Amino acid sequence: MNGERRRIIGAGLLVGLLGVVLVLLGNPKNMGACVACFLRDIAGALGLHRAAAVQNLRLEIPGFILGSFLAALAFKEFRPRGGSSPILRFFMGAMVSIGALVFLGCPLRMVLRLAAGDLNALVGLLGFSSGIAVGIYFLKKGFSLGRSYPQTKVTGSAGPAFAIFLVILAVAAPAFLLRSESGPGSMSAPLIYSLGAGLLIGAVAQRTRLCMVGGIRDMIMFKDSHLLSGFAAIFVVALVGNLLTGNFNLGFAEQPIAHSNHFYNYLGMLTVGLGAALLGGCPLRQLILAGEGDSDAMVTVMGLMLGAATAHNFGLAASATGVPVNGQIANWVVLALLVVIGLGAREAISVKRSATKSTGKEVSA
Amino acid sequence: MQYTVDARGRSCPEPVILTRQALADKSIKQLTVLVDAAVARENVTRTLLQATGKQPQIKETSAGEWEISIKL
Repeated sequence: MNGERRRIIGAGLLVGLLGVVLVLLGNPKNMGACVACFLRDIAGALGLHRAAAVQNLRLEIPGFILGSFLAALAFKEFRPRGGSSPILRFFMGAMVSIGALVFLGCPLRMVLRLAAGDLNALVGLLGFSSGIAVGIYFLKKGFSLGRSYPQTKVTGSAGPAFAIFLVILAVAAPAFLLRSESGPGSMSAPLIYSLGAGLLIGAVAQRTRLCMVGGIRDMIMFKDSHLLSGFAAIFVVALVGNLLTGNFNLGFAEQPIAHSNHFYNYLGMLTVGLGAALLGGCPLRQLILAGEGDSDAMVTVMGLMLGAATAHNFGLAASATGVPVNGQIANWVVLALLVVIGLGAREAISVKRSATKSTGKEVSA
Repeated sequence: MQYTVDARGRSCPEPVILTRQALADKSIKQLTVLVDAAVARENVTRTLLQATGKQPQIKETSAGEWEISIKL
Protein backbone atom coordinates (compact mmCIF):
# COMPACT_ATOMS: atom_id res chain seq x y z
CA MET A 1 0.00 0.00 0.00
CA ASN A 2 1.48 3.36 -0.99
CA GLY A 3 1.56 6.51 1.13
CA GLU A 4 -1.28 8.23 -0.72
CA ARG A 5 -3.53 5.24 -0.14
CA ARG A 6 -2.60 5.02 3.55
CA ARG A 7 -3.40 8.70 4.00
CA ILE A 8 -6.87 8.50 2.44
CA ILE A 9 -7.74 5.46 4.54
CA GLY A 10 -6.48 7.31 7.62
CA ALA A 11 -8.69 10.28 6.72
CA GLY A 12 -11.70 7.97 6.33
CA LEU A 13 -10.99 6.40 9.70
CA LEU A 14 -10.84 9.81 11.37
CA VAL A 15 -14.07 11.03 9.73
CA GLY A 16 -15.90 7.82 10.71
CA LEU A 17 -14.61 8.03 14.26
CA LEU A 18 -15.57 11.70 14.68
CA GLY A 19 -18.98 10.89 13.15
CA VAL A 20 -19.61 8.46 16.02
CA VAL A 21 -18.04 10.67 18.70
CA LEU A 22 -20.10 13.74 17.71
CA VAL A 23 -23.29 11.71 18.24
CA LEU A 24 -22.04 10.68 21.70
CA LEU A 25 -21.37 14.37 22.41
CA GLY A 26 -24.94 15.34 21.51
CA ASN A 27 -25.48 15.48 17.74
CA PRO A 28 -28.64 13.75 16.42
CA LYS A 29 -28.42 10.00 15.81
CA ASN A 30 -26.55 8.87 12.71
CA MET A 31 -25.86 12.56 12.09
CA GLY A 32 -22.40 13.02 13.55
CA ALA A 33 -21.76 15.03 10.44
CA CYS A 34 -24.12 15.65 7.53
CA VAL A 35 -23.43 18.48 5.13
CA ALA A 36 -26.98 18.74 3.74
CA CYS A 37 -28.64 18.50 7.17
CA PHE A 38 -26.27 20.95 8.81
CA LEU A 39 -26.51 23.53 6.02
CA ARG A 40 -30.28 23.21 6.42
CA ASP A 41 -29.95 23.76 10.19
CA ILE A 42 -27.73 26.81 9.59
CA ALA A 43 -30.25 28.19 7.07
CA GLY A 44 -32.88 27.72 9.77
CA ALA A 45 -30.77 29.45 12.44
CA LEU A 46 -30.35 32.43 10.10
CA GLY A 47 -34.12 32.58 9.58
CA LEU A 48 -34.02 31.53 5.92
CA HIS A 49 -36.69 28.94 6.70
CA ARG A 50 -39.12 28.55 9.61
CA ALA A 51 -39.15 24.81 10.25
CA ALA A 52 -38.86 25.01 14.04
CA ALA A 53 -37.30 21.55 14.47
CA VAL A 54 -34.24 22.17 12.30
CA GLN A 55 -32.66 25.47 13.30
CA ASN A 56 -29.15 25.44 14.74
CA LEU A 57 -26.00 27.32 13.82
CA ARG A 58 -23.79 24.24 13.76
CA LEU A 59 -20.06 24.83 13.65
CA GLU A 60 -19.04 21.61 11.88
CA ILE A 61 -19.72 23.29 8.51
CA PRO A 62 -17.62 26.45 9.06
CA GLY A 63 -15.06 24.08 10.62
CA PHE A 64 -14.80 22.09 7.37
CA ILE A 65 -14.21 25.27 5.37
CA LEU A 66 -11.70 26.74 7.82
CA GLY A 67 -9.87 23.44 8.39
CA SER A 68 -9.42 23.16 4.65
CA PHE A 69 -8.41 26.84 4.44
CA LEU A 70 -5.69 26.45 7.10
CA ALA A 71 -4.38 23.20 5.58
CA ALA A 72 -4.35 24.76 2.12
CA LEU A 73 -2.44 27.79 3.43
CA ALA A 74 0.06 25.61 5.31
CA PHE A 75 0.75 23.46 2.23
CA LYS A 76 0.65 26.36 -0.25
CA GLU A 77 -2.47 25.04 -1.95
CA PHE A 78 -4.71 28.05 -1.33
CA ARG A 79 -5.54 29.08 -4.84
CA PRO A 80 -8.26 31.67 -5.47
CA ARG A 81 -10.15 30.61 -8.58
CA GLY A 82 -13.59 30.87 -10.12
CA GLY A 83 -15.64 31.51 -13.20
CA SER A 84 -16.75 27.99 -14.11
CA SER A 85 -20.50 28.47 -14.62
CA PRO A 86 -21.18 29.91 -11.15
CA ILE A 87 -24.92 30.42 -11.63
CA LEU A 88 -25.43 26.87 -12.91
CA ARG A 89 -23.44 25.56 -9.96
CA PHE A 90 -25.59 27.63 -7.60
CA PHE A 91 -28.83 26.10 -8.87
CA MET A 92 -27.32 22.62 -9.14
CA GLY A 93 -26.29 22.92 -5.49
CA ALA A 94 -29.91 23.73 -4.63
CA MET A 95 -31.09 20.71 -6.61
CA VAL A 96 -28.66 18.42 -4.80
CA SER A 97 -30.02 19.71 -1.48
CA ILE A 98 -33.60 18.97 -2.49
CA GLY A 99 -32.64 15.38 -3.41
CA ALA A 100 -30.67 15.00 -0.17
CA LEU A 101 -33.59 16.20 1.95
CA VAL A 102 -35.97 13.78 0.22
CA PHE A 103 -33.60 11.00 1.30
CA LEU A 104 -32.64 12.74 4.56
CA GLY A 105 -28.90 13.05 4.31
CA CYS A 106 -25.91 13.90 2.19
CA PRO A 107 -23.63 11.08 0.95
CA LEU A 108 -21.61 11.30 4.19
CA ARG A 109 -24.70 10.78 6.35
CA MET A 110 -25.79 7.99 4.02
CA VAL A 111 -22.60 6.11 4.94
CA LEU A 112 -23.02 6.92 8.65
CA ARG A 113 -26.65 5.69 8.50
CA LEU A 114 -25.58 2.51 6.75
CA ALA A 115 -22.91 1.95 9.41
CA ALA A 116 -25.64 2.12 12.07
CA GLY A 117 -27.62 -0.65 10.34
CA ASP A 118 -30.15 1.64 8.61
CA LEU A 119 -30.91 -0.38 5.46
CA ASN A 120 -32.85 2.54 3.93
CA ALA A 121 -29.38 3.98 3.35
CA LEU A 122 -28.50 0.89 1.31
CA VAL A 123 -31.39 1.79 -1.00
CA GLY A 124 -29.99 5.32 -1.02
CA LEU A 125 -26.53 4.01 -1.90
CA LEU A 126 -27.97 2.15 -4.90
CA GLY A 127 -29.66 5.38 -6.02
CA PHE A 128 -26.47 7.39 -5.39
CA SER A 129 -24.41 4.96 -7.49
CA SER A 130 -27.02 5.01 -10.27
CA GLY A 131 -26.98 8.81 -10.30
CA ILE A 132 -23.19 8.84 -10.53
CA ALA A 133 -23.39 6.34 -13.42
CA VAL A 134 -25.73 8.73 -15.25
CA GLY A 135 -23.35 11.61 -14.49
CA ILE A 136 -20.46 9.58 -15.93
CA TYR A 137 -22.48 9.05 -19.10
CA PHE A 138 -22.81 12.82 -19.49
CA LEU A 139 -19.13 13.40 -18.63
CA LYS A 140 -18.08 10.88 -21.29
CA LYS A 141 -20.34 12.67 -23.77
CA GLY A 142 -18.31 15.82 -23.09
CA PHE A 143 -20.27 17.48 -20.29
CA SER A 144 -18.36 20.38 -18.77
CA LEU A 145 -19.15 23.45 -16.73
CA GLY A 146 -16.16 25.12 -18.38
CA ARG A 147 -12.81 26.02 -16.92
CA SER A 148 -12.17 28.32 -13.98
CA TYR A 149 -9.57 31.09 -13.90
CA PRO A 150 -7.34 32.49 -11.18
CA GLN A 151 -9.04 35.19 -9.09
CA THR A 152 -7.90 37.73 -6.54
CA LYS A 153 -7.12 36.72 -2.97
CA VAL A 154 -10.18 38.70 -1.87
CA THR A 155 -12.47 36.51 -4.01
CA GLY A 156 -10.79 33.34 -2.78
CA SER A 157 -11.15 34.44 0.84
CA ALA A 158 -14.90 35.07 0.64
CA GLY A 159 -15.76 31.48 1.60
CA PRO A 160 -13.43 31.31 4.62
CA ALA A 161 -14.57 34.82 5.65
CA PHE A 162 -18.20 33.70 5.60
CA ALA A 163 -17.22 30.69 7.73
CA ILE A 164 -15.53 33.01 10.28
CA PHE A 165 -18.67 35.16 10.30
CA LEU A 166 -20.75 32.08 11.17
CA VAL A 167 -18.36 31.16 14.00
CA ILE A 168 -18.61 34.70 15.42
CA LEU A 169 -22.41 34.58 15.18
CA ALA A 170 -22.56 31.21 16.94
CA VAL A 171 -20.31 32.36 19.76
CA ALA A 172 -21.98 35.77 20.18
CA ALA A 173 -25.43 34.13 19.90
CA PRO A 174 -27.45 37.29 19.20
CA ALA A 175 -31.21 37.11 19.91
CA PHE A 176 -32.14 37.07 16.21
CA LEU A 177 -30.53 33.65 15.71
CA LEU A 178 -33.15 30.90 15.80
CA ARG A 179 -32.55 27.71 17.72
CA SER A 180 -34.79 24.63 17.85
CA GLU A 181 -36.24 23.79 21.25
CA SER A 182 -37.11 20.25 20.20
CA GLY A 183 -36.33 17.92 17.29
CA PRO A 184 -32.97 17.29 15.60
CA GLY A 185 -32.09 21.00 15.59
CA SER A 186 -32.13 21.06 19.39
CA MET A 187 -29.49 18.35 19.62
CA SER A 188 -25.86 19.29 19.17
CA ALA A 189 -22.42 18.68 20.55
CA PRO A 190 -20.90 21.61 22.49
CA LEU A 191 -19.75 24.36 20.10
CA ILE A 192 -16.06 23.85 20.76
CA TYR A 193 -16.23 20.15 19.87
CA SER A 194 -18.33 20.81 16.76
CA LEU A 195 -15.81 23.38 15.58
CA GLY A 196 -12.80 21.25 16.54
CA ALA A 197 -14.11 18.15 14.77
CA GLY A 198 -15.01 20.27 11.76
CA LEU A 199 -11.51 21.78 11.59
CA LEU A 200 -9.88 18.34 11.84
CA ILE A 201 -12.11 16.77 9.19
CA GLY A 202 -11.69 19.82 6.96
CA ALA A 203 -7.91 19.65 7.20
CA VAL A 204 -7.57 15.91 6.52
CA ALA A 205 -10.17 16.04 3.73
CA GLN A 206 -8.20 18.86 2.11
CA ARG A 207 -4.94 16.94 2.33
CA THR A 208 -6.38 13.65 1.02
CA ARG A 209 -9.09 14.95 -1.39
CA LEU A 210 -11.63 12.69 0.34
CA CYS A 211 -14.84 12.70 -1.72
CA MET A 212 -17.88 10.47 -1.51
CA VAL A 213 -18.95 10.93 -5.12
CA GLY A 214 -15.36 10.66 -6.36
CA GLY A 215 -15.01 7.24 -4.72
CA ILE A 216 -17.80 5.63 -6.69
CA ARG A 217 -17.16 7.70 -9.83
CA ASP A 218 -13.49 6.75 -10.15
CA MET A 219 -14.30 3.10 -9.46
CA ILE A 220 -16.96 2.92 -12.20
CA MET A 221 -15.16 5.16 -14.65
CA PHE A 222 -11.49 4.29 -14.26
CA LYS A 223 -11.51 1.16 -12.03
CA ASP A 224 -9.52 3.34 -9.63
CA SER A 225 -10.30 2.44 -6.01
CA HIS A 226 -8.19 5.23 -4.45
CA LEU A 227 -11.00 7.52 -3.23
CA LEU A 228 -13.34 4.60 -2.59
CA SER A 229 -10.97 3.29 0.08
CA GLY A 230 -11.60 6.48 2.09
CA PHE A 231 -15.34 5.96 1.74
CA ALA A 232 -14.97 2.33 2.90
CA ALA A 233 -12.82 3.36 5.87
CA ILE A 234 -15.53 5.77 7.10
CA PHE A 235 -18.04 2.92 6.93
CA VAL A 236 -15.88 0.37 8.73
CA VAL A 237 -14.85 2.56 11.66
CA ALA A 238 -18.37 3.99 12.11
CA LEU A 239 -19.75 0.43 12.03
CA VAL A 240 -17.35 -0.69 14.75
CA GLY A 241 -18.05 2.47 16.75
CA ASN A 242 -21.81 1.97 16.50
CA LEU A 243 -21.55 -1.68 17.52
CA LEU A 244 -19.43 -0.74 20.55
CA THR A 245 -21.72 2.11 21.66
CA GLY A 246 -24.97 0.20 21.14
CA ASN A 247 -26.14 2.43 18.30
CA PHE A 248 -26.35 -0.41 15.76
CA ASN A 249 -29.87 -1.47 14.81
CA LEU A 250 -30.20 -3.49 11.59
CA GLY A 251 -33.37 -3.02 9.56
CA PHE A 252 -35.61 -0.63 7.67
CA ALA A 253 -38.12 0.33 10.36
CA GLU A 254 -37.78 2.94 13.11
CA GLN A 255 -34.40 4.25 12.05
CA PRO A 256 -33.48 7.69 13.44
CA ILE A 257 -34.42 10.61 11.17
CA ALA A 258 -35.18 8.35 8.21
CA HIS A 259 -38.18 7.00 6.31
CA SER A 260 -38.78 3.77 4.42
CA ASN A 261 -40.20 5.02 1.14
CA HIS A 262 -37.79 2.92 -0.93
CA PHE A 263 -38.63 4.54 -4.22
CA TYR A 264 -37.92 8.08 -3.03
CA ASN A 265 -34.89 7.04 -1.00
CA TYR A 266 -33.56 5.73 -4.30
CA LEU A 267 -34.64 8.70 -6.39
CA GLY A 268 -33.49 11.30 -3.85
CA MET A 269 -29.97 9.89 -3.74
CA LEU A 270 -29.95 9.34 -7.51
CA THR A 271 -30.51 13.09 -7.78
CA VAL A 272 -27.66 13.75 -5.34
CA GLY A 273 -25.34 11.35 -7.20
CA LEU A 274 -26.07 12.88 -10.58
CA GLY A 275 -25.86 16.48 -9.38
CA ALA A 276 -22.66 15.93 -7.40
CA ALA A 277 -21.00 14.00 -10.25
CA LEU A 278 -21.71 16.92 -12.60
CA LEU A 279 -20.47 19.39 -9.96
CA GLY A 280 -17.22 17.43 -9.64
CA GLY A 281 -17.63 16.52 -5.98
CA CYS A 282 -19.94 15.68 -3.09
CA PRO A 283 -21.27 18.40 -0.75
CA LEU A 284 -18.37 17.79 1.69
CA ARG A 285 -15.86 18.22 -1.13
CA GLN A 286 -17.53 21.50 -2.15
CA LEU A 287 -16.90 22.86 1.36
CA ILE A 288 -13.27 21.74 1.20
CA LEU A 289 -12.77 23.34 -2.23
CA ALA A 290 -14.39 26.53 -0.91
CA GLY A 291 -11.73 26.57 1.82
CA GLU A 292 -9.00 26.23 -0.82
CA GLY A 293 -10.21 29.42 -2.48
CA ASP A 294 -12.52 27.90 -5.11
CA SER A 295 -15.24 30.54 -5.32
CA ASP A 296 -17.37 28.35 -7.64
CA ALA A 297 -17.48 25.72 -4.90
CA MET A 298 -18.50 28.43 -2.39
CA VAL A 299 -21.29 29.47 -4.77
CA THR A 300 -22.35 25.79 -4.82
CA VAL A 301 -22.40 25.78 -1.00
CA MET A 302 -24.66 28.85 -0.98
CA GLY A 303 -26.88 27.01 -3.49
CA LEU A 304 -26.99 23.98 -1.20
CA MET A 305 -28.13 26.30 1.59
CA LEU A 306 -30.80 27.96 -0.56
CA GLY A 307 -32.05 24.53 -1.68
CA ALA A 308 -32.27 23.37 1.93
CA ALA A 309 -34.20 26.48 2.96
CA THR A 310 -36.53 26.11 -0.03
CA ALA A 311 -37.07 22.43 0.76
CA HIS A 312 -38.52 23.47 4.12
CA ASN A 313 -40.32 26.63 2.99
CA PHE A 314 -42.13 24.73 0.23
CA GLY A 315 -42.77 21.59 2.26
CA LEU A 316 -40.51 19.39 0.12
CA ALA A 317 -38.30 17.86 2.81
CA ALA A 318 -39.03 14.35 4.01
CA SER A 319 -39.45 13.44 7.67
CA ALA A 320 -39.70 10.20 9.63
CA THR A 321 -43.29 9.93 8.39
CA GLY A 322 -42.29 9.91 4.71
CA VAL A 323 -41.90 12.13 1.66
CA PRO A 324 -44.61 14.80 1.17
CA VAL A 325 -46.27 15.00 -2.27
CA ASN A 326 -44.60 18.39 -2.86
CA GLY A 327 -41.22 16.75 -2.28
CA GLN A 328 -42.00 13.91 -4.68
CA ILE A 329 -42.96 16.39 -7.42
CA ALA A 330 -39.93 18.60 -6.71
CA ASN A 331 -37.60 15.60 -6.89
CA TRP A 332 -38.81 14.76 -10.41
CA VAL A 333 -38.52 18.40 -11.45
CA VAL A 334 -34.93 18.83 -10.25
CA LEU A 335 -33.95 15.47 -11.72
CA ALA A 336 -35.34 16.55 -15.10
CA LEU A 337 -33.44 19.85 -14.81
CA LEU A 338 -30.19 18.03 -14.03
CA VAL A 339 -30.67 15.85 -17.11
CA VAL A 340 -31.24 18.96 -19.23
CA ILE A 341 -28.04 20.50 -17.80
CA GLY A 342 -26.14 17.23 -18.31
CA LEU A 343 -27.17 17.07 -21.94
CA GLY A 344 -26.88 20.78 -22.61
CA ALA A 345 -23.66 21.97 -20.99
CA ARG A 346 -20.99 20.52 -23.22
CA GLU A 347 -19.96 23.08 -25.78
CA ALA A 348 -17.06 24.55 -23.87
CA ILE A 349 -15.00 21.39 -23.72
CA SER A 350 -15.33 20.37 -27.38
CA VAL A 351 -14.18 23.84 -28.46
CA LYS A 352 -11.23 23.51 -26.12
CA ARG A 353 -10.24 20.07 -27.42
CA SER A 354 -9.85 21.24 -30.99
CA ALA A 355 -7.92 24.26 -29.72
CA THR A 356 -5.36 22.14 -27.83
CA LYS A 357 -5.01 19.77 -30.75
CA SER A 358 -3.76 22.59 -32.96
CA THR A 359 -1.43 23.79 -30.19
CA GLY A 360 -0.02 20.29 -29.96
CA LYS A 361 0.73 20.19 -33.67
CA GLU A 362 2.37 23.57 -33.66
CA VAL A 363 4.82 22.43 -31.00
CA SER A 364 5.83 19.36 -33.00
CA ALA A 365 6.19 21.32 -36.25
CA MET B 1 3.45 13.38 -32.45
CA GLN B 2 3.66 15.72 -29.51
CA TYR B 3 0.32 16.55 -27.93
CA THR B 4 -0.65 18.96 -25.15
CA VAL B 5 -3.76 18.64 -23.04
CA ASP B 6 -4.73 21.89 -21.33
CA ALA B 7 -6.58 20.74 -18.22
CA ARG B 8 -6.10 23.98 -16.30
CA GLY B 9 -9.15 25.17 -14.38
CA ARG B 10 -11.09 21.95 -14.97
CA SER B 11 -13.18 20.27 -12.27
CA CYS B 12 -12.74 16.61 -11.38
CA PRO B 13 -12.69 14.31 -13.26
CA GLU B 14 -12.17 16.25 -16.48
CA PRO B 15 -8.33 16.36 -16.33
CA VAL B 16 -8.26 12.55 -16.06
CA ILE B 17 -10.84 12.08 -18.85
CA LEU B 18 -8.83 14.35 -21.16
CA THR B 19 -5.59 12.53 -20.26
CA ARG B 20 -7.12 9.13 -20.94
CA GLN B 21 -8.51 10.30 -24.27
CA ALA B 22 -5.01 11.37 -25.26
CA LEU B 23 -3.56 8.05 -24.07
CA ALA B 24 -6.03 6.20 -26.32
CA ASP B 25 -4.65 7.99 -29.38
CA LYS B 26 -1.75 5.79 -30.50
CA SER B 27 -0.29 8.46 -32.79
CA ILE B 28 0.71 10.51 -29.73
CA LYS B 29 4.31 9.74 -28.72
CA GLN B 30 4.97 12.60 -26.33
CA LEU B 31 2.15 13.75 -24.06
CA THR B 32 2.11 16.90 -21.92
CA VAL B 33 -0.74 17.73 -19.55
CA LEU B 34 -1.07 21.22 -18.09
CA VAL B 35 -2.77 21.44 -14.70
CA ASP B 36 -3.21 24.20 -12.12
CA ALA B 37 -4.47 22.31 -9.09
CA ALA B 38 -2.61 19.92 -6.82
CA VAL B 39 -5.47 17.42 -6.96
CA ALA B 40 -5.38 17.37 -10.77
CA ARG B 41 -1.59 16.98 -10.67
CA GLU B 42 -1.91 13.94 -8.39
CA ASN B 43 -4.76 12.38 -10.37
CA VAL B 44 -3.12 12.86 -13.76
CA THR B 45 0.23 11.58 -12.46
CA ARG B 46 -1.47 8.50 -10.99
CA THR B 47 -3.38 7.90 -14.25
CA LEU B 48 -0.20 8.12 -16.35
CA LEU B 49 1.72 5.89 -13.98
CA GLN B 50 -1.02 3.24 -13.95
CA ALA B 51 -1.51 3.35 -17.72
CA THR B 52 2.15 3.25 -18.77
CA GLY B 53 4.04 1.90 -15.77
CA LYS B 54 6.40 4.85 -16.14
CA GLN B 55 6.81 7.79 -13.79
CA PRO B 56 5.91 11.00 -15.64
CA GLN B 57 8.07 14.11 -15.37
CA ILE B 58 6.52 16.95 -13.39
CA LYS B 59 7.70 20.52 -13.80
CA GLU B 60 6.27 23.46 -11.88
CA THR B 61 6.10 26.15 -14.56
CA SER B 62 4.84 28.88 -12.24
CA ALA B 63 3.40 28.97 -8.72
CA GLY B 64 0.57 26.44 -8.72
CA GLU B 65 0.89 25.42 -12.38
CA TRP B 66 2.46 22.18 -13.52
CA GLU B 67 3.50 20.54 -16.76
CA ILE B 68 3.29 16.76 -16.57
CA SER B 69 5.02 15.02 -19.47
CA ILE B 70 5.57 11.45 -20.50
CA LYS B 71 7.03 9.61 -23.51
CA LEU B 72 4.61 7.00 -24.84
